[in-house]
Amino acid sequence: MTRLELVAVGASWGGLRAIETVLGYLPEDFGAAVVIAQHRQSGGQEGMLEHLLDARCALTVSEAEDKQRLAPGAVLVAPADYHLLVERGAVSLSVDAPLHFSRPSIDVLLGSAADAYGAGTTGVLLTGANADGAVGLAKIAARGGTAIVQNPETAERREMPEAALWATPEARVLELEQIGPALVELAASSAGSLP
Amino acid sequence: MALRVSGDAHEARERLEIELLLEAIQRAYGYDFRGYAVASLRRRLWHRVYGEGLETISGLQERILHEPACMDRLLRDLSINVTEMFRDPSFHRALRAHVFPLLRTYPFIRVWNAGCSTGEEIYSVAIALHEEGLLERTRIYATDIDEAALERARSGAFPLERMQFYTENYQRAGGKESFSRYYSTDGNVARFDPALAAGTVFAQHNLVTDGSFNEFQLIVCRNVLIYFGAELQEKVLGLFGASMTRLGVLALGRKESLRHSRHADEYEPIVEAEKIFRRRA
Ligand SMILES: C[S@@+](CC[C@H](N)C(=O)[O-])C[C@H]1O[C@@H](n2cnc3c(N)ncnc32)[C@H](O)[C@@H]1O
Repeated sequence: MTRLELVAVGASWGGLRAIETVLGYLPEDFGAAVVIAQHRQSGGQEGMLEHLLDARCALTVSEAEDKQRLAPGAVLVAPADYHLLVERGAVSLSVDAPLHFSRPSIDVLLGSAADAYGAGTTGVLLTGANADGAVGLAKIAARGGTAIVQNPETAERREMPEAALWATPEARVLELEQIGPALVELAASSAGSLP
Repeated sequence: MALRVSGDAHEARERLEIELLLEAIQRAYGYDFRGYAVASLRRRLWHRVYGEGLETISGLQERILHEPACMDRLLRDLSINVTEMFRDPSFHRALRAHVFPLLRTYPFIRVWNAGCSTGEEIYSVAIALHEEGLLERTRIYATDIDEAALERARSGAFPLERMQFYTENYQRAGGKESFSRYYSTDGNVARFDPALAAGTVFAQHNLVTDGSFNEFQLIVCRNVLIYFGAELQEKVLGLFGASMTRLGVLALGRKESLRHSRHADEYEPIVEAEKIFRRRA
């Protein structure tokens, strides 16, 4: 089994609470890096999202800077008005045009994660009211990574998880509270298979 | 439907194709994209692959080598000109409050706006300089790799529909006048007062391959370095260092940082949060 190196999370409407729940389950010594794209208003409170999340979970959460290095247990959040892209070992930002009216775009983040980490990637798609992320998650699955989708039936908004399942029917459908534990398990089971 | 190869093999092959393509472009056309950040470049390349009705990056390489027009189309895809006036108002406010007082001490001021794109940033800085009484003794060198963008910058005409937004930005950036006095309306464009750009030199300059051409008290280069890989960033930061007067000021984009760079020690922050640095003596 390929080692879990990167967890890429996308969320939109209702995402803050959902992300908080997922991250809340991850221990300080979590073995993979985490990157997040949450749709947000530009010109909103700078750094608010990160401060909230950082205060409420064991991992260190910060707003990504260009070329910041990825590290196990460190969470990088896409800044408002920038796309966040994963390179090998670090992240890049871009101000390319919005996709699905969104910058950051979840498709851009997840797609670049699949390119950089292939089967070592787990993509997680949470609540949202549009179709962003479906293409990116499908790419992660196609590269041999793990695709996890929040159960649309119980998500705050069902459209985004639903679109993701449409594109990636083989994705694991989990309740919000099950996603964190599943990630811990994935990280643990793959840690044992270290070369 | 493409064959599903294992993720790693797929990655390795695609990386090879990209490297070969960039090498070909460099040798055939002289544009050097080899040190650019890969993730964003890859998206752009695939965009062109599909746009050409092709299936692989190797296929794109063949067409580019045989059809210069295809290279032009790719260049257009690769130039991300997205910009706005007074982008990040708090940055422009900080520039006025903390950098202009330093500039004021010089009899003659030289500013380099590197990667100026279509010019919105130049006019933003020029307006602030004007309001602080510094524009007359300032020369702005506005450069970009993209000649088409520079052409628009020279025209000083921006979409009228953006003016309401820019007016808000201008006010939040500490503007002192009524913003509309700086432009006249012409159909659906806002034409900015040519006096604002009278002291501006527009020139094509490639940060990757062209050298230093003057010494500046202030270099503004925002949201350009993000498109470069770490090594290329180092090189360009070296170019900036060589293009600065003693105690020169370097202003980067909101999410760009010197922290991850070998050049970090050469600068001290003036306004850390706004990524405004001063070169150490
Ligand atoms: C996103 S725009 C930034 C515009 C403006 N500085 C801002 O922050 O709003 C990036 C610009 O960098 C330019 N650029 C990219 N590579 C370059 C290079 N090698 N040399 C000079 N300019 C380059 C592009 O043509 C584009 O106009």
